[in-house]
This record gives sequence, C-alpha cells and structure tokens, in this order.
Amino acid sequence: MSTASSPVRELFSGFAGDRIAWFALWVLAALLLAALAAPWIAPQDPYDLAQLDILDSKLAPGAASASGTTYWLGTDDQGRDMLSAILHGLRISIGVGIFSTVIALALGIMIGLSAARAGGWTETLVMRIVDLQLSFPAILIALVLLALSGQGVDKIIIALVVVQWAYYARTVRGAALVELRKEYVEAAVCAGYGSARILFRHVLPNVLPSLSVIATVQVAQAIALEATLSFLGLGLPITEPSLGLLIANGYVHLLSGKYWISFFPGIALLITIVAINLAGDRLRDVLNPRLR
Amino acid sequence: MLSYALRRLLQGVLTLWVMSLLVFAGVYAIGNPVDILINPQADQAEIAQAVAQLGLDRPLWQQYWAFLSSAFSGDFGMSFVTRAPAVALILERLPATLELALTAMLIAVVLGIPLGLLAGLKPDSWISRAIMAGSILGFSLPSFWVGLMLIMVFSVQLGWLPTTGRGATVDVFGIPLSFLTADGMQHLILPALNLALFKLSLLIRLTRAGTREAMLQDYVRFARAKGVSESAVVRVHVLRNILIPVVTVAGLELGSLIAFAVVTETIFAWPGMGKLLIDSINVLDRPVIVAYLLIVVFLFIVINLLVDLLYAALDPRVRLEATR
Repeated sequence: MSTASSPVRELFSGFAGDRIAWFALWVLAALLLAALAAPWIAPQDPYDLAQLDILDSKLAPGAASASGTTYWLGTDDQGRDMLSAILHGLRISIGVGIFSTVIALALGIMIGLSAARAGGWTETLVMRIVDLQLSFPAILIALVLLALSGQGVDKIIIALVVVQWAYYARTVRGAALVELRKEYVEAAVCAGYGSARILFRHVLPNVLPSLSVIATVQVAQAIALEATLSFLGLGLPITEPSLGLLIANGYVHLLSGKYWISFFPGIALLITIVAINLAGDRLRDVLNPRLR
Repeated sequence: MLSYALRRLLQGVLTLWVMSLLVFAGVYAIGNPVDILINPQADQAEIAQAVAQLGLDRPLWQQYWAFLSSAFSGDFGMSFVTRAPAVALILERLPATLELALTAMLIAVVLGIPLGLLAGLKPDSWISRAIMAGSILGFSLPSFWVGLMLIMVFSVQLGWLPTTGRGATVDVFGIPLSFLTADGMQHLILPALNLALFKLSLLIRLTRAGTREAMLQDYVRFARAKGVSESAVVRVHVLRNILIPVVTVAGLELGSLIAFAVVTETIFAWPGMGKLLIDSINVLDRPVIVAYLLIVVFLFIVINLLVDLLYAALDPRVRLEATR
C-alpha cells in the first residue's frame, strides 16, 4: 500500500527533528533487540546451575573468575553473571509489559467502543465501573489481586490488564463519541453498513493515534509496576526473575556495600522507562495535528 | 451546595458498599485460608474445629452478612496469626503511615510549587530546563529503586542517616510521632523524601503548566498595563489562580501516597500499615488484609469527598456544572 508508507515516513521525520527523542528511539530499539536476543548474546545462561560456580559469588564488577571469564557487572550471591541476568530480566520485564498492555488495549477498545455505541444504561454502568476503578491507585488494585491470587506470570499479566483496561475504555469511549457524531459515520450509516463494521472500520482507525500514545507510555508504567510488585515479592516467581526481582535479590547485600547486585538492574530498568517515556512524549507531539 | 454535598456523600457510601462486596467475593473466590492457617499435621477433627471457630463452614451469604454487620461496629474479626483484633492492629499502625504520607506531601508542595513557578516564568533558562529534566527523571525512576539508592548513598556510603525503623517517638495525645525528636526526624527524612519524589515531579509539572497558561491571560496583561510590579503580578494574579487546581490535585494525591507508602515502608522497615499489609499477605492473614483494604478505601472516599467539597466551595463553576 503506497498510502501507508507516507504517514510512517512522516513519523520518522518527526522523530528525526528532535535529537533526544531520536536517541531515545535508538536506545529503545537496542534494548528490544537485546531482550529478544538475550539467550544468544548473554555470556552465560544464568539459570543453568551447571554453569554457575559458587566460588565466583559476589564478585565486584570487572572481576575475573577462576576460569578466566570477566564479569563486567559483577556476580550475585550465587555466582551468577549480572550482565546475563540483566539481559534475561530485561526480556521478561519488557515482554510482560508489552503483552499486558496489548491485551488491555484490545479489551479497552472492545468495551469502550461498545459502550459508546450502546449508550443508555449500559454505557452509564460501564463508565461508573471505569470511574470507580480509576479512583484507586493502580498499585493498590494490583496488590489486592496478587495478594488473593498468588504468584505467577499469568497472574501478574491478569493484574496488569485489570489495572490498565479502564484507561483505554475511557479514552476510546470519549474519542468514539466525538467521532460518532461526524458526517462520515452518518454517511456510512446511510450506505447501510452494520454497526460493527462502522465501529471497527471507520471509527477505530480515527481513534487509534491518540490511543497509541497512551499505550506507549502505559508500557513503561506496566514495566515499572511489575518491577515494584516483584520487588515486594508479589509479582513474578523466582523461576522467572524480572529486573524487579533482581533488584530485590540485591537488597540484602546493599547494606554490606555490594551495590552492584541491585544497582545495575535498576539502571537497566531506568533506561528502559526513560527511553519509552521520551519516545512516547515525542510521539504525542508528532501525532497531534494542532502542534504541526 | 447542600444537595451537591449530599449526592457526593451518597456516592461515597455506595462505593464503600461495592468495595466491601468486591473485596469479600475476591477473598472467597480465590483464597483458601484453611490450607495455610491450619497445621498440615492436624487431623480431620482438629481441622473441622478450626474451621468452625473461624466461621468458614457457614454459607457464603451468612459469612458476608456477619462480616458486614460486624464491620459496621468496627469489628473486622481477629488476625489469624496474632489473635488480636484486625482493626486495632491497623489503627495502631495508621499514625506512622499518615505521618510519613503527610511529611512527603509537605515536601512535595513546599518544593514543587516554587520550582514549578520558576520553570513556568522562565521556560527557556537553563535552570528551568534542569528542573524539567529532573521532573522527567522523577516520573521515570521506579520509587523502590530510588529508596534503595538513598539507603546506599546516605546510609551505607556516607553514614549520615539510619537505614530502617522509626526512631524515637513522642506521644502527643497518645499518638506516637517521630518528627518531634531529632532521632525520629533522622529516621523520617529518607522515607519521606523517597515517597515525595513522584508527587514532587507531578506538582512541578502542574504548576509550570498553570503558570505558563496564566501568564498569557488578559488579567495578567491588564495588571502589567496598570503598572503592577512583576512580583505582585506573580504573587497576586498568577499564584492565586493556579493554586486552586494545584492544591486540589495535592489533596487527591494524598490517597495515592498512602497506597504507595506500602513500597516505601517495606524498603525502610517503617512500621506503618503498608508494611503490615505486605507481612499479612505473606502469611495470608485474611482479616487483616480485608480490614486494611476497607480502611484504605474508606480513607480514600473521605479524602476525595473533602477535596471535592473544598473545590466546589472555592470554585463555583464546579457545583454549577454538577447540578446541570
């Protein structure tokens, strides 16, 4: 499709105009690549116990092991290479963040569009539930869900979806109400199209740009929330250590001055979140027609 | 105003009821305290006796009814673990959490409004850019990691401040407070700073946006044309107009500070109700979890109600909008 390439090119030129956002985008791409390729580029499989040597435990960054490998970011209390652990942790953190956001987005779109179309008491009820949920902080809702359901990748994804869907539902419904009053919708109705077709083929494409900005920033929120919950011991299980869990593992050693076990996973988390936020900020400006 | 207040009050009560239902249903649908609280070595008779004692053998609606009616009298049952009333356990920890949250809010307001004002008045100066970069960082930094780094720098490396606990307290009307003793203050400062960071960034951004908008208004131009000095323009015309939304947001965010205190309290071992919640979750001490939730929801509703009413009292447009 030739029409699809021009907005994409516009998007890229919009990014290229802002050096910081352009840099953030590259960092983000590098992080995604590193997360995807973690099993192949990590110096060590951090969860293969056969590769770990307890004699290498708690080595400072840059120290060499007995067998000659250098641990650039040090090792944790089990002699695990922190660089490898961070690459694998990044994979889990980003994966959980993106996956939960995509599901929440899909759910929010379905519910928001249906509510806008249905109107009446259905809409009122749905929006009251959304209001109720958004009046409580996300962390409180996630804490409660995980306290009741226990740990696990599926549980944390469910919690993150429950926390996020309401934002999208509210945004989609608001934007859809505006769109539904426009003439092209009237034209589509006159053309005899069904309401599902009008909603998904006509209204949704017009609502998506503003949603994509929220979704981008929301991925960063989801990653931060997952890290916080894992740090509190309520998120991912020890078999799937995300960055938050790595930081929690280093907490006890922090007091004895062995900072690197917590410090470097935190830096990785920070860079990821800042890069997503900066790119999302720029995306909002590029997609906002009023600022052009 | 009165009808607006009454309607908001009714909404609050309804929310509380819905939450009690959700919390209760969630607990029963998913958790099973029998497995966790009763000794695995116990025989059938002992299990049955324990179940009867905890009321777990009655039908669900009866359990809910018993729960609801006793909740009205402030009785959320006994902690499964310590055998003390759940509400008493939480209320005992409430002052510590409130002290932490209010101190954090104070830090955020006292630093955030002047910094935001500065950034809004001179948006292109290097200091404004530094403030805004700092606020982006404050938004992005995961609060638990900041807490760890604060401990690392100020307690472990520099040795200036203690790492955990509440320090010495002084009883004021029977409520223990940390900030009145030097030792307590030293214990309070790091957790409060940690908790304040996110709200500080938020207030900086809000104040900056409000200031930039207000500076373009006709009333500012008119005041300047009238010959009012620049500092008076800022103090009287700009600050007054932006303070209403900023103070409203600060009030509404107080609830989220109490929720976020869970993280800060866990890191700094601050003996508040957030730490109690995490400890209770780890042993599935159901009455304490439920009591915490309902007390926090209650606090939220009261705070939101008060802020809404205050906002309506300050800004007549709000209540006109609501009654339309």
